[in-house]
Formats: sequence, C-alpha cells, structure tokens
Amino acid sequence: MSDILEVRGISVSFDGFKAINNLSFSIGQNELRAIIGPNGAGKTTLMDIITGKTKPDIGDIRWGKNNISLIKKSETQIAQLGVGRKFQKPTVLEYQTVEENLMISLKNSRGFIQTLIYKYTEEEFTRVNEVAKLIKLNKILNKIAGELSHGQKQWLEIGMLLAQDPSLLLVDEPAAGMTNSERTNTATLLKELSKTRSVVVVEHDMDFIRQLNCKVTVLHEGSVLAEGNLDHVSKDNKVIEVYLGR
Amino acid sequence: MLKLIKTMDFKTICFCLFFILFSLIITLLSDLIFGSISTNFVKVLGKTLMLCLAAIALDLVWGYCGILSLGHFAFFALGGYLIGMWLMYERTKEIIIQAFAEQLLPPTPSEIKEAIGIQIFGVVGGSEIPSIWIFADYLFIHLFLIIFIPGLLALIFGWLAFRSRVTGVYLSILTQAMTLALSLYLLQNDSGLRGNNGLSGLQNIPGFTSFPQSIISILFLWASTLALILGFIIATFITKSKLGKLIQGIRDDEDRIRFLGYNVETYKLFVFVISAIMAAIAGALYYPQAGIVNPSELAPIASIYLAVWVSIGGRGKLIGAVIGAAFVSLISSFFTSGQIPDLNLGFIIISWVDWWLIILGLSFVIVTLFTPGGLISAFENIYKRSFER
Repeated sequence: MSDILEVRGISVSFDGFKAINNLSFSIGQNELRAIIGPNGAGKTTLMDIITGKTKPDIGDIRWGKNNISLIKKSETQIAQLGVGRKFQKPTVLEYQTVEENLMISLKNSRGFIQTLIYKYTEEEFTRVNEVAKLIKLNKILNKIAGELSHGQKQWLEIGMLLAQDPSLLLVDEPAAGMTNSERTNTATLLKELSKTRSVVVVEHDMDFIRQLNCKVTVLHEGSVLAEGNLDHVSKDNKVIEVYLGR
Repeated sequence: MLKLIKTMDFKTICFCLFFILFSLIITLLSDLIFGSISTNFVKVLGKTLMLCLAAIALDLVWGYCGILSLGHFAFFALGGYLIGMWLMYERTKEIIIQAFAEQLLPPTPSEIKEAIGIQIFGVVGGSEIPSIWIFADYLFIHLFLIIFIPGLLALIFGWLAFRSRVTGVYLSILTQAMTLALSLYLLQNDSGLRGNNGLSGLQNIPGFTSFPQSIISILFLWASTLALILGFIIATFITKSKLGKLIQGIRDDEDRIRFLGYNVETYKLFVFVISAIMAAIAGALYYPQAGIVNPSELAPIASIYLAVWVSIGGRGKLIGAVIGAAFVSLISSFFTSGQIPDLNLGFIIISWVDWWLIILGLSFVIVTLFTPGGLISAFENIYKRSFER
C-alpha cells in the first residue's frame, strides 16, 4: 500500500508554545485513520498544516505518487490537488439551498472566467442527486442550508466534500452534536467512503472511534504518542496516563 | 438581439421596459414637447438614474460578495473627472479659437495651447497645462481612461487588501481612507485638476454648443437610462452565474469556498474591479448633468450615503439597491432644496435642511431593526402574505 500523504518531522510554535513538535506519520491509499488526543494535543493544528492554513516552522509534507511537497502551496492549490476538509463547526453556505451547496462543490472549473460562463451538465445534476441520496438530503434539495438541523449540516458538509471528490478527506469531529443513530450512520458512511479514498477522522468520542474500527494515532503535546488499533493503544501505559486514565 | 431577450428573465425585461417607459414619459413632459417639467428636473432625474447605477455597483460587492466598500464615490468621482477633463479642454478650445478668429493672423497651435492653459488653470495661479491633461484633446482615449484608471485603482487597492486577507470592518475603513486620501490629494492646487475649484462648465458639450440645455438634458437622460439598463443586465448575468453563487458563498463563508479549491482573492478582485468600473461609468454620465465635479464629491460621507441607500432599499437584491438609491436620493434632494417651508412648532423651528439628516438616520435605524432585508423584502413579505390569503 503506497502512501498518499507523508508528514515528515514537522514542528510549529505559536509565541513560543510548541503546538506541533517533530511530528511524523503517514496515511496510506484508501486508508481510514482516526486521530485522537486530549485538548491542545495539536489535532486541529495538524489539519491546518496539511491543508495549508498554517505553515510549519520546519519539516515537510509529501503528497501522492509524485511526492509533491505541500509546504509551499496555498490552501486553494492543496484543495485542487485533492485534499478535502470538513471543519469542526459545520461550515456550509447558510443562505444557499442544499442543491446550490452541492453544485458549487462539484469538481469542475475553478478559474473565474470559466465560472462566469459555466453551464452545468446533465451528468453533474445526476451526480448531485446521487450525493444527496447518500447523505439522505435528497428530499430537501431546495431547502436553505441555514434551516437544516445540526446533524444535517454536518452531513451536508460531508456531501460537499464528496461532490468535490478529493483523494484525501480530513474530517474534524464529525460526530459532535449528533444523536446516537446519526453517529452510527456517520460511521457507516465514513467507512463506505474509505473504500474509494483515504479518510482521516479527528475525534474525541471513543465509542465513535470503536465503530470506525480502524488504525488509531494518539497525539500528545504535538507528537505521536502511540499508533495501532484501538485495543492496542488503549492498553498502552503512556496513553492511559495522559488520556484515557484522566 | 432577439436571442439576448430570450435569455433574459422576466424581472430583467420588466426592469428594462419600466425605465424605457419612464424616460419616454419624461421626454414627453419635458420642455421639448409639453413643457410640464423643467430642464433642471430632467437633469435631477438623469442624475438619480446614475446614482442607481452606482448603487447596483455597490450592491454587487457588498450585498453579493460581502465587501462593504465605503469608498465607492472615489471611483464615481474619478469617472466624472476623467470625462470632465475632455469636456473642459475641448470647450475652452472652442471658445479660444472663436476669440482668435477675429484676429487677422491665424493663431499657431502653441498659442492656442497657451491660451487654454491660462483659461483653465489661471484660477489656481498656473498657466501650464499639466502633463496628466496630455490626452484631454482625444475623446476616445478619455472614454477608455474612464474604464481603465478606476479599474486599475481598484485592482491595485483590492490586490493589496485581499491578499493580506483584510476583511470586514477593517476593509471598510481602508476603503474609506482611500477615498479620503484621493480627495485630499485633489484638493491641492498643484494636483493638476484645479484644486478645490474642481472642473466646471461640464454641462456644455463641445460640438453641441448650438443645442439648448433642454435637448442635452434629454440626451443625457436617455444615455443614463441605457447605461442603467445595461448595468442591470450585466449585474444580473454575473449574479445568476456560477460565479455569482460563488461570491455569495464567499460572503457567507470565505473559508468553505477556499477549501473547496477556489481562489477566493481572485474572485473578490474580479467583483471589486467590475464594480469600480460600473461606478466610474455612472460618474462619467452623472457629472456632465451636474455641471461640476470637485474634491468634496469624494468626501467619505458621500460613499456612506451610498451604502445607506443600498441598505434601505435592500442589499443582496439588485432591484432593492435601485429602489433605495432612487427613493432616498430624490426625497433627500426634495428636503434639502429649501422648497419646503420651515415647520414652526412653537418651542422649536424645524428647518428641513437640517432635520432631513435626522429623519434619514431614523429611517435607517427603523429599516435595519424591522426589515433587515430593506424595503424590497418588506414589499415582498406584504405581497406574499396577501397572496397567501
């Protein structure tokens, strides 16, 4: 299994505080990975660094078969290379309909002249319907996104990422604020998605991670503390000390 | 032409027909035919149309893209200055050639130039024609400059501001500073644009000097109508396109659009430049009807009024912006014209020229509190309710 993303010894500090400290790990092709860690372990900062929002002080990030470095690239370029990101707080276009949200995310023209004269094709409408069905919003395509429930917004955002068709999906706390049945559905959806692309899930909720049934990376104070399946890491003494045993 | 009409939606066709009909009626009522309204009032209406176009331009950046520009009158007045330079130069040249015609020896080009310089710049104590007037003799170059210079200013300003991710109220303050800086620069006598005198006599159109103002005012009314309609069609096209949805997305959540792989800064820049050019064209048609353009036109308050009009009318809707600008600017010129007698309440005398600003401020607060979507959404709600019953 070749790696789609390789993080090599990155560090970043804010005003002297080391948020990420010599962190290395890699994500394989079509792998589902969970990242856990206590508050302030650097989970969201790691997401920021991969997507180009924050620049690391040292270290390198390599992407895809051709080992492209992501360090010098902008958020836009990284997204165009195929990294999709779901934010912690559900981030959808509140004043546009579910359909418009999905249409805008579709993988097509990104230049401004093209978008000015762009006409959606039949296939794209079909694709939007497929995605809407997958996220169970196909009956309310014309509803304004701001009127959706919290869980539905989370799903819509995942749907937007699907329409964008990235090869790596970064998902920040997808189960936050969801009911139990919504959680189960989300876990099933993420597992389904990881069949065709790599998915990285940052999560607090242990039950949710158990449902994902995948390799887990434990972060602590900006570096990798342990890695393995959930049962393995939960037996690790260091992990128990800093995280589980609190 | 037919093809174009087919692609337009119902609202746009109504808009176009309304304004064509409006101009037809005004033409019939003007001094040219029935004479029931004065030439001056025709000019007020023509100017109002151009304020509506400026409002559309602001609505495009503010209502749709979320960039509250409080400096749009900089572009508007620049458009006025750029057409004004040609108008003033050509007009002065005509007068001077006429004056020289009585002499026996025909004047040399340099003599004409010298006389023009003294005529235009004598008021600021100069006689040399400044180098920025180099193209003032050529109409087509100046028509191009009306688009090019405000567009370039918006491009440079926007590039610097958006690239540093300045957003929200900080950006508004920057745009305000831009218009203030430009206004202070133009106030200087050696700016080459006649300092605080500005450019005047712009109502006299070179080559049309034998025409009375009643005809010229109607010509400008029609030109303004055409510009407003075109501006509306272009703005509708932009807002209805995928790009239109994108800029609304940028307004709602910039980061979401950015992480979907769109270059947010490019889109903002595009909309900002288009909007600046629209405002400049509006200004280029406004000031020949006003007759004078000077640095006080660029005062920050002018751009704030524009934002108030758009927000009273309803931002995020093009028709809302037009209604706001037309409505408020017409009422405003009515109250401040001094035609209405002061109201004596015994303990206080209400002079409308001063009190109008208080009324405007109050209505702004009321609209913001009770119908945040502006007058247009209030109308829409009333219409919807009566429809449901």
